Amino acid sequence: MEKDLGKEIMEMREYYRKGNTKHVTWRRAQLKGLLSFLAEKEVEIFRVLNLDLGKNYVEAFRDEVGLLKKSLNLALKDLRTWMASKEAKLPSIALLSYAELVPEPLGLILVISSWNFPMGLSLEPLIGAIAAGNAVVIKPSELAPASSSLLANALPNYLDTQAIKVIEGGPAVGQQLLHHKWDKIFFTGSTKVGRIIMSEAAKNLTPVTLELGGKCPAILDSLSWSWDKEVAINRIIGAKYGSCAGQACISIDYLLVEKPFSSTVMELMKALIKKMYGDNPRESHSISRIINKHHFLRLKDLLTDQKVKDCIVYGGSMDEDSLFIEPTILVDPPLESAMMTEEIFGPLLPIITVRNFDVLLKHVWRERSLFLVLKIQGFFLGSWIRLKTVLILSIQGLNH
Amino acid sequence: MASEVEKKAVFDIDSAKEVVQELRASFVAGKTKDYEWRRTQLKAMLKMMDENEPQIVAALRDDLSKPELESSIYEIAMLKNSCKLALKKMKHWMMPEKAKTSLATFPSSAEIVSEPLGVVLVISAWNYPLLLSLDPVIGAIAAGNAIVLKPSEISPATASLLAKLVANYMDSSCIKVVEGAVPETTALLEQKWDKIMYTGNGRIGRIVMAAAAKHLTPVVLELGGKCPVIVDSGINLQVATRRIIAGKWGCNNGQACISPDYIITTKDYAVELVDSFKCELERFYGKNPLESKDLSRVVNSNHFARLLKLLDEDKVSSKIVYGGERDKSNLKIAPTILLDVPQDSLIMNEEIFGPLLPIITIDKVEDSFDLINSGTKPLAAYMFTNNKKLKEKFVEKVSAGGLVINDTTVHLAEPTLPFGGVGDSGMGAYHGKFSFDTFSHKKAVLYRSFAGDAPLRYPPYTNGKLRLLKALLGGSILGIIRALMGWSKA
Repeated sequence: MEKDLGKEIMEMREYYRKGNTKHVTWRRAQLKGLLSFLAEKEVEIFRVLNLDLGKNYVEAFRDEVGLLKKSLNLALKDLRTWMASKEAKLPSIALLSYAELVPEPLGLILVISSWNFPMGLSLEPLIGAIAAGNAVVIKPSELAPASSSLLANALPNYLDTQAIKVIEGGPAVGQQLLHHKWDKIFFTGSTKVGRIIMSEAAKNLTPVTLELGGKCPAILDSLSWSWDKEVAINRIIGAKYGSCAGQACISIDYLLVEKPFSSTVMELMKALIKKMYGDNPRESHSISRIINKHHFLRLKDLLTDQKVKDCIVYGGSMDEDSLFIEPTILVDPPLESAMMTEEIFGPLLPIITVRNFDVLLKHVWRERSLFLVLKIQGFFLGSWIRLKTVLILSIQGLNH
Repeated sequence: MASEVEKKAVFDIDSAKEVVQELRASFVAGKTKDYEWRRTQLKAMLKMMDENEPQIVAALRDDLSKPELESSIYEIAMLKNSCKLALKKMKHWMMPEKAKTSLATFPSSAEIVSEPLGVVLVISAWNYPLLLSLDPVIGAIAAGNAIVLKPSEISPATASLLAKLVANYMDSSCIKVVEGAVPETTALLEQKWDKIMYTGNGRIGRIVMAAAAKHLTPVVLELGGKCPVIVDSGINLQVATRRIIAGKWGCNNGQACISPDYIITTKDYAVELVDSFKCELERFYGKNPLESKDLSRVVNSNHFARLLKLLDEDKVSSKIVYGGERDKSNLKIAPTILLDVPQDSLIMNEEIFGPLLPIITIDKVEDSFDLINSGTKPLAAYMFTNNKKLKEKFVEKVSAGGLVINDTTVHLAEPTLPFGGVGDSGMGAYHGKFSFDTFSHKKAVLYRSFAGDAPLRYPPYTNGKLRLLKALLGGSILGIIRALMGWSKA
């Protein structure tokens, strides 16, 4: 198996070396092939995402298929501009000289994607790699097997298989792939695996792009208009429970509110969750389930500490058979608890109340360990000016 | 007194930790973010170079026997230009860049905000010990970071001078120089940095990246490679030869990452080329180049032995057509040209980094592209030709960090060109705004208002919502209208 892999990769490199992936016609053909795949296989795609994650088809379109189509259309539209050399200004003293920046493909790219957006996170990097003229191997996550299978079986019918391959498998296959030399590795997943990938890449001086995660906070300022409050809460609910049930790298991990505002927030949240998901969220079929037993138990463990359990103010019910956890809210769980020190990646929302945001800022300043973030993708709501200050100052404290 | 000596002698993991902690505290306190602070540091650096030029030239002479002209122009003048450019453009670089938004997030506005990464480590090399230390530091300062600089121990006089000058002229609560060799560098690499920039060779580059991987620290690696020069016929041979000589022996005697490493030319043209070299080399360096004051020496006995090994290999030593003289006590090797050394010789399989120039001959000039591409990607590649089609083919087919047509090494001086490698010659780039960008995080920020919040993205999900979402992500107003009217398919 390992020898075959080596041979396959060598053949890809030879194909690339001959210049087959460089022509704009080849790149356009692949991008159009992907568009056809998304159009013709849409029903299949929705089916596998539902199988793997219990994802509703509207969510699947909004978060994966739709975004991919948008990216593809943009790439097709702007491809020639992206590929063109750009003149670099030289000082007037450099008469008779001309300089330019020439984009060229790197060569062989390895894309390793994660399970929560198995289509999106496999194909979005592929779009970029193709547009840049590279040959690509995708290793989709084995934790979303139906999606991985669909990619492996269907993509070959739409793309040039001598330059673009899908190789299925788990950590063992991942390791084997990492033993080979790539011109770039694009990884989406956990920080633990990110470190392994970068260490392996270092052996070949392979540059990497690592899309990891962190505890993405949302700061909710005290709002006065009821329209604003509803919109803010809807957006928070959507970001927490509506996108793969909180299992997304940019999901809101926890919410910060000022104490006087917190009871309003909680009441509004309970009401709007009911409005969105009904009395029985599981039956609504609009929330994804937890990806597998391992993660289900991980999330369950976050709530075993009695001190944490006591903080649940809404939800909390879990069904191991269907791997479903209902939208859950906690208020002020202990900051040293696992809930507040690890990335949650699930439909549990801690609300941390602070006396006021000025105190928070001072707290952030002193207690930088509160935010063990490796990469913050902030998601901020509330009043414009005040939040800008909070944003700037808290980022300073957060990005240590 | 004894404890001071003790203190100085041991820079271990704990010392490294302390240094990082102190710098992090300074960074978090916002010292380095302040625009005025950045200006002050850059101005201080300019003053530092203005007031210490003789000392710098002396240190470079000590370390490398570097001719004064090379020190003044290639190190000091280039650094001063870099500083001045940063001072002039920094405010503009620091401004957020507006980003376009689409119908999908309408109404919204977006920008890309450059923010400092935090505490960065710059490890520099011995061949341009001043330039390769301070040029990255300029970028790191302009971007608002706190910095540790570890200069190379192989150029100790310059390292020492840097430590002294930086402490005297710059804000040592935010910018520090740590001197040392392997143990000190290892101690530094154990720490968590927000970025590491390393200039040197691939072997150490791998070690640096592996250490960085433990903390998920991004790296810039400026490495090397065998920079080829393709020489076509029908050119101004004299000018071409002079430019190759300037790029090779005129740059620290071939000990530069972008020095021409070897030449490829046609069998027919080789003799003329060799003659031209002989003529110009004598004009530049006289009949006794070992005595010339215009050539750097080989940096130390290790490298001297390494170069002799390349030169004295059996199948290679017979191919010398010019030079070959050596002076062990002064660590000098004369400019040496070899013709048609075998492809499997040592000299053709490692980066030479010295005053030896092999010429490889081929039948047709076009054959040179495959030859170059059969090796690892170098930091630079050069071609001398007047043939327009050949130039185009060269740019299209040869992959290297940077290319120059009809000259060598000068692209380094252009701040509008990113200076960096690809593949084995490195990752990342700097110079000019690229330095600022490399030490910044480009933070995406999207601003939305509460107005126009469409329920279509929230559950309960319906076919109607799907239709509308499709139209919205499709971006056409017409599509949206049709969806709203119920005229499009779900």
